[in-house]
Amino acid sequence: MSTNPLLNTPEELDEMSRQIRRDIINMLAISQTGHSGGPLGMADIFTAMYFNKLNIDNTDLDKEDRDYFFLSIGHIAPVWYATLARRGFMEIDELKTLRKINGRLQGHPASPKGHGAPGVEIASGSLGQGLSIAVGMAIGLRMDGRKNHVYCINGDGELQEGQIWEAVMTAAHHNVDNLTMIVDRNHCQIDNRTENVLKLEPLPDKFIAFGWNVLEMDGHNMQDILDTIEKAKAFKGKPTVIIAETFMGKGVSFMEDNYKWHGVPPSVEQALVALSELAPTKYGDFHEIKEKAEA
Amino acid sequence: MYNIEKPELKETRQGFADALVELGKELPELVVLGGDVTGSVKTNLFRDAYPDRFISVGIAEQDMIGTAAGLALAGKIPVASTYGEFATGRPFDQIRQSVAYAEMNVKICASHCGITVGPDGATHQSFEDVGIMRILPNMTVLTPCDYNETYNAVKTAIKSKGPFYVRFYREKSPNFTDIKKEFKIGKADTLIEGNDVTLLASGLLVWEAIVASEMLKKDGVSARVVNVNTIKPIDKETIIKCAQETDLIITCEDHQWQCGLFGAVAEVVSLYHPVKMDYIAIDDTFGESGIIFSELMSKYKIDRTAIYNKVKSHLKK
Repeated sequence: MSTNPLLNTPEELDEMSRQIRRDIINMLAISQTGHSGGPLGMADIFTAMYFNKLNIDNTDLDKEDRDYFFLSIGHIAPVWYATLARRGFMEIDELKTLRKINGRLQGHPASPKGHGAPGVEIASGSLGQGLSIAVGMAIGLRMDGRKNHVYCINGDGELQEGQIWEAVMTAAHHNVDNLTMIVDRNHCQIDNRTENVLKLEPLPDKFIAFGWNVLEMDGHNMQDILDTIEKAKAFKGKPTVIIAETFMGKGVSFMEDNYKWHGVPPSVEQALVALSELAPTKYGDFHEIKEKAEA
Repeated sequence: MYNIEKPELKETRQGFADALVELGKELPELVVLGGDVTGSVKTNLFRDAYPDRFISVGIAEQDMIGTAAGLALAGKIPVASTYGEFATGRPFDQIRQSVAYAEMNVKICASHCGITVGPDGATHQSFEDVGIMRILPNMTVLTPCDYNETYNAVKTAIKSKGPFYVRFYREKSPNFTDIKKEFKIGKADTLIEGNDVTLLASGLLVWEAIVASEMLKKDGVSARVVNVNTIKPIDKETIIKCAQETDLIITCEDHQWQCGLFGAVAEVVSLYHPVKMDYIAIDDTFGESGIIFSELMSKYKIDRTAIYNKVKSHLKK
């Protein structure tokens, strides 16, 4: 399997994230099941992580000093699978198997030990669990004097789970600073906008009150993403959360900022419209959608 | 063989704590998570011996399980310990997804299980923990019966790979197994031979079954006593053998009858060699406070007298 080299400029990264968005649309159009909004909204951050920031090599996951990446919101798995495939963790063709029987691309990520995708560390899907795991991992690494950094992606709606705040307290109590939490602040969850379902604001103040270092970034501005992730890693003495302002469904006009696209895939016709809005890239698609749904 | 009149009394939770402190020496990767009740579950002994390997997470059982899973990913052997109800009921979803499904090397060691947490009342009496742990794929469930066996079961769980649930108690109880006997996962232990009835017992009820067997012996009834110290994987071979050799099997446990030992044994017996079965267990009810747990055992009919009466009632028919 070829490993795509790291990408250095925001322009190169933007092109890759556009390809990952195209991959997401294609995956969902093929399987006709899965979440559209969150994956599209997080494509830029996943691209920045895997093609620039993360110290992680698909050919050597046992490397002593590599970084660890946790996805607490398992339902945005399509963006993770597409990114992992583009980064060389699996053949790009495997993206056709999303949510299909006997496949590794489970609807919500399974641990690779079971039957999950390579590059996944642990199962997620039931919300609120990822941060505790990331904190445990970070504490464990620190005990051994290892310098690895741990990242955890959380959703904003997910912050309504009580366990998140237990983990937030644990991280602060133990000064876990080899950890960066990134909150996908798209203001949407399956039922409605977050502030209508259960108010989260003032969100930065809550983390500050819990003893965290808080950074904010534009989750669609590649330079801002790169700079903020770097800043978070450099900060010592407290855990850092990056509140990433994003739009659910980013890149596809009829999905953007619309919570109704949280949990549904585009129809074949809608997928073709979406792809017409996301210019093709030099990387090429793994699949070409025909006018009619394929069997 | 057993000192029925005056057995040595020892806390099973102390067996857990002693095993932790002992293994801490040889296993630098052993870490213990504290959920505030460290004095009660005696993880304070490990904390005092190895402060750098003790992680306090406060009264937050869901986070404790998740943190343990993360520590396991980092190559540690994490032991998460609190009361039985809070170790299983509160974080069930976390155990299911982050430990069992993920096949993490996490050891959930629960004290204050079942009836011995008497005075605290129903909220603290876990009668469902074995049931909800044994239905999880990848989970191994151990129910040692005394101090010595708890000490050995904890050592075996920590040295074995994968998710474990180990159940033990607060109060002192008879200590009668051999400390030198290695704990064998999935191997039930026949303590007393007998031909008329088999008493398959677990945990605290093993001693009650031994005493009941002696009481029955005086009436000319030969009651086999088997210590089922592993509920999952259950020892099919021994259970089938008991079903073949005695016409009646009675399970004895301080747990709800439907989903614990009786459930596990009934599944085997009904599939492989159906014989008449009955149970000594908590009968689909919650508990209540009682200063001395033996009073509760008597009231809820899970003691030696209840076992004796149950056997006699069947043999009369």
